Amino acid sequence: MPLLSVKKLTKNFDGLCANSNINMEINEGELVGLIGPNGAGKTTLFNMLTGVYVPSEGSIEFTKDDKPIKLNGIKPYKITALGLARTFQNIRLFKDMTVLENVLIAMNKDVDYGVITALLRLPKYYKSEIAMKKKAMELLTIFHLEDKCEELACNLPYGEQRRLEIARAMAAKPKLLFLDEPAAGMNPQETAELTELIRFIRDEFHISILLIEHDMSLVMNLCERIYVLDYGKIIASGVPEEIKSNKRVIEAYLGEEV
Amino acid sequence: MKSQFTKRNLIWTIVVCVIFSIFQIAISGRMIPNTYQVAIITIGINIILALGLNLIIGFTGQFSLGHAGFMSIGAYSAAIVLAKMPNLTGLFVGMLVGMAITAVVALIVAIPTLRLRGDYLAIATLGFSEVIRIAIQNMEITGGAAGLSNIPKLTTFPLVFVFIVISVIVIHNFIRSSHGRACISVREDEIASESMGINTTKYKTLAFVIGAMLASIAGALYAAYFYVLKPTTFGFMKSIDILVIVVFGGMGSLSGSILAAIVLGIINLTLQSYSEIRMILYALAIIVIMVYRPQGLFGSKEVTDFLPKKWQKKKEVD
Repeated sequence: MPLLSVKKLTKNFDGLCANSNINMEINEGELVGLIGPNGAGKTTLFNMLTGVYVPSEGSIEFTKDDKPIKLNGIKPYKITALGLARTFQNIRLFKDMTVLENVLIAMNKDVDYGVITALLRLPKYYKSEIAMKKKAMELLTIFHLEDKCEELACNLPYGEQRRLEIARAMAAKPKLLFLDEPAAGMNPQETAELTELIRFIRDEFHISILLIEHDMSLVMNLCERIYVLDYGKIIASGVPEEIKSNKRVIEAYLGEEV
Repeated sequence: MKSQFTKRNLIWTIVVCVIFSIFQIAISGRMIPNTYQVAIITIGINIILALGLNLIIGFTGQFSLGHAGFMSIGAYSAAIVLAKMPNLTGLFVGMLVGMAITAVVALIVAIPTLRLRGDYLAIATLGFSEVIRIAIQNMEITGGAAGLSNIPKLTTFPLVFVFIVISVIVIHNFIRSSHGRACISVREDEIASESMGINTTKYKTLAFVIGAMLASIAGALYAAYFYVLKPTTFGFMKSIDILVIVVFGGMGSLSGSILAAIVLGIINLTLQSYSEIRMILYALAIIVIMVYRPQGLFGSKEVTDFLPKKWQKKKEVD
């Protein structure tokens, strides 16, 4: 059974059809790319998958413990609790909080002490907080951000903000991670590092990743399967080699080789 | 094992005791004239109000203009219970009753209104506090428009001081817990927060209810100090007064709220001799300060952030 299966998904904004009749499957441990020209509806699709938008038609099913769960109309925080996490195209960190706190926020859903315990600072509070911080630091170490744990997120350089966003998403312990243009604004050197990082995350945490990206070197290099979106419709899907030579994709997005 | 009994908390306890002793000796030694004592109690009550509102506005980012409404619930509950039991027990019972009613009302207010954002939320909460005021004005048990009088004077400086300390501890412990961090993340970016698994509605409501309950305590202390309660005391302007303290002290700064309540209280007091132009000067003072410190006295910093580096708390894992 695929981890995520999307069937006939459609989103209309009044008269405008942003996504129509989208079918998609993501298997366990897969690295899938989603590409297409600006305005093709990639982010809209992400927003539906993560619960920010409610689909107009169609279904999204996520497999948890071998049972399919319908995600349509479920609130984003519950979807995250089921095991889907995301990053944002325009970085959305908690800017005035420290790097460590940003990661801790994503761990809040598993917090095991109540408000009264927090107010009275019972021993359980200290125990949980220390355990949480330790886990968060381990995660930050993987992302090479451990030295900056005390810095405010807004003071990090751009590339590290992107990394922190991925680290924060990973703190929510997802089975499926959505990355919305993780390499946007990065130089080739940073992009290469990011490519390695994404592959590393997938192998280390045994998760599936769906990523939107415009940087073809990253997409073709990294993704095992690619979906191409144009005017809200899937126009092609397959392995990178197929996509590269697909005529419709070249016309709509990749362009002719000169 | 880490616990409450650290060197740091011991130092805080000593600092708090010293501040308390200074004031208490000055008051019981009659070194402070009576008019100033009223000002001190008023400042104390304003501190509690501002701390509660700061949790809602400064930390959780929900713009509420209904704080006076919750204060009035606390004040009237205490006054009504005190009429039957005119002693300290009565005050505490009244306080608990007030907090319970406030919690319920705050929940009822929060669930529909906290879906709104920014200006819309402000208008909705303002409307709710007016509803509370008008309800009080028209109920028999609250004495209608004439209000309640002959409330025993039980609020003393030590009592107010204890409640200030409790309020600070409650909010401080809350915002430094996972639940409090969740509230701050709502202020920072609600969409990201929701995407990270935070039930934003729950945390907004939680902050709103805790803030409202603190206002209720402040109301009870107010009722047991000023003999009379009138519905007009808890109008729109009272909410604005508290808002001014929060903004002036700095959104998301507890020490800022405390300092702002004290500074504004002192400005108010010194201006009392110019009664005709008092409000004009008060407003001018606020304008001047806000022009020069738009982020408030402390911004989002705390007083401890200004201490030398080596005294600052290590936030790392230990």
